[in-house]
Amino acid sequence: MPDLTERHSPVPETHHTTRDDAMAALPRDPVFVTDKLNVYYGDFHAVTDVDLSFGKNEITALIGPSGCGKSTVLRCLNRMNDLIPTARVAGTVSYHGLDIYGERVDPIEVRRRIGMVFQKPNPFPKSIYDNVAYGPRVTGMKVENMDDLVESALTGAALWDEVKDKLKQNANGLSGGQQQRLCIARAIATMPDVVLMDEPCSALDPIATLKIEELMAELRNNYTIIIVTHNMQQAARVSDRTAFFSVQQKSETGDRTGALVEYDLTTKIFESPADRRTEDYISGRFG
Amino acid sequence: MASSTADSPAGLSLEPQSRRVGEKAIVAWLFLAALAAVLITIAIVVALLEPAAEFFRFVSVTEFFSTARWTPTQADPEFGVLRLLAGTGAAVLYSCIIALPAGLGAAIYMNEYASFRVRQVLKPLLEILEGIPTVVYGFFAVAFVAPLMKDNWWTWLPGQLGEEPGTQFILAAGVVLGIMIIPTVASVSQDAMAAIPRGLREAAYGLGSTRMQVATRVVVPGALSGIVASFVLGLSRAIGETIVVLLAAGAMANLSILPNDPVFTMTAFIGRTSTGEIAYGTTTYYSIFAVGALLFVVTLVVNLISIALVRKFREVYE
Repeated sequence: MPDLTERHSPVPETHHTTRDDAMAALPRDPVFVTDKLNVYYGDFHAVTDVDLSFGKNEITALIGPSGCGKSTVLRCLNRMNDLIPTARVAGTVSYHGLDIYGERVDPIEVRRRIGMVFQKPNPFPKSIYDNVAYGPRVTGMKVENMDDLVESALTGAALWDEVKDKLKQNANGLSGGQQQRLCIARAIATMPDVVLMDEPCSALDPIATLKIEELMAELRNNYTIIIVTHNMQQAARVSDRTAFFSVQQKSETGDRTGALVEYDLTTKIFESPADRRTEDYISGRFG
Repeated sequence: MASSTADSPAGLSLEPQSRRVGEKAIVAWLFLAALAAVLITIAIVVALLEPAAEFFRFVSVTEFFSTARWTPTQADPEFGVLRLLAGTGAAVLYSCIIALPAGLGAAIYMNEYASFRVRQVLKPLLEILEGIPTVVYGFFAVAFVAPLMKDNWWTWLPGQLGEEPGTQFILAAGVVLGIMIIPTVASVSQDAMAAIPRGLREAAYGLGSTRMQVATRVVVPGALSGIVASFVLGLSRAIGETIVVLLAAGAMANLSILPNDPVFTMTAFIGRTSTGEIAYGTTTYYSIFAVGALLFVVTLVVNLISIALVRKFREVYE
């Protein structure tokens, strides 16, 4: 069991899973397991009883209509919901067997292992170099050569060739797609274990989206990726597994809440979903 | 136009449907209001510069800045304004030592650490403090701060520093000026910090930053122009404040920054001298305006420096 009070090994294991592997319905080597995860914003019960597991070196997509709680679930995995004063989480989220909502867990240590890329590209108004170096600097990573680390992170995010001559320029001068790849470079510079992506392409044009999707396929070799997306084709294209969420009415009160409907291999979800609601949603009959 | 209306279908007109008299009147009124503000400012500058120019017919600019003594009310008056400038500088220096760290610290605390409820109480409280009349602060200085310091002076300090001050001294004025401008610095700084986009804050937390790292590496650099603006606003208030320094710093035109010495500031001179004991048309009378003009220039320079600093250091977020 990894100890969250210690830094994890900076070298990610390259346990490569190909899509051709006969994969079980549930990941054999889960990084995260949620058990009866419930999230409340004040009185609003945003997500009810989510049981999910996310496989190592897999891409898992969370899909579903607006308000179904998929982003909320994603933001539980690195304790980002802590930043919202009224948010309350019940149930457990175990990360390599350790409950990240446990009493002695420091959310900062959690976030150092679990990186995040947001919906809107949000580079710091600093130089490209300083953006990438930010994480290693604040986490006090032992870095022998920061220049090398910046280069490898930017290369890893397929951005190096475009920015290598202007590392000292302000990141705000990049295009939207470049900014988002910079944010990915910034996230992987701290050598995390998992990268969470919250609709990373929704603010980008189709060409930039394609680049990010290609990048995700690359990153999958070294990282576990969990992505929230509104774009079903994107989920079908990039992910190994898909979790479909929906908005339900609570039987007792009739209040709306988000819930997990179906979780399976992506091919299964898109070709032969088990649940009628999944089928309606992916075939566009949702209403 | 006749030709176009002829071609268009019946009843369709894209011409103005009313003359909008009310809107025009309101625009005219808004323009006059803006114009009045500008004209009044110009009028003040002219009213200040004219008698100041008169002063410089008697005392040359070089003399004004190079004379060693400031004795405008004596039989053979001398006008060495550096004494007053230094007095203002000394009082403002101590006020900044107090107010800038305290104000910035309060802003960071309110913005990054305080819970929503605490912030809901603290912010209005600070804004109320901003509204306290300065004469109250002056009284607070004379009746409370100065005697307290005088009675508990650090007499173990070496040399002149260890001497117990009189009833009026720089530190008393500086401390009270500092307390007076803390709310301004804190409140304006915090407004600037609150305007940092949520996305930047989330990005920083997402990378494993501590609260202090978010504050010092993302929020403060992003809010720098607002923070510097708050410093300048506070500094300008301290430079221009009259009653506190008049009551607490004294009327001795010393060239000193020792905390236990009294000084005479530019504003204190203006306030003290223009309250009726001076004859109209004398050089001393005109010197009030010269000092006023200098005060105006000092504030202007402080503002220009701050603009230059902000241009150089701030991080512009989108």
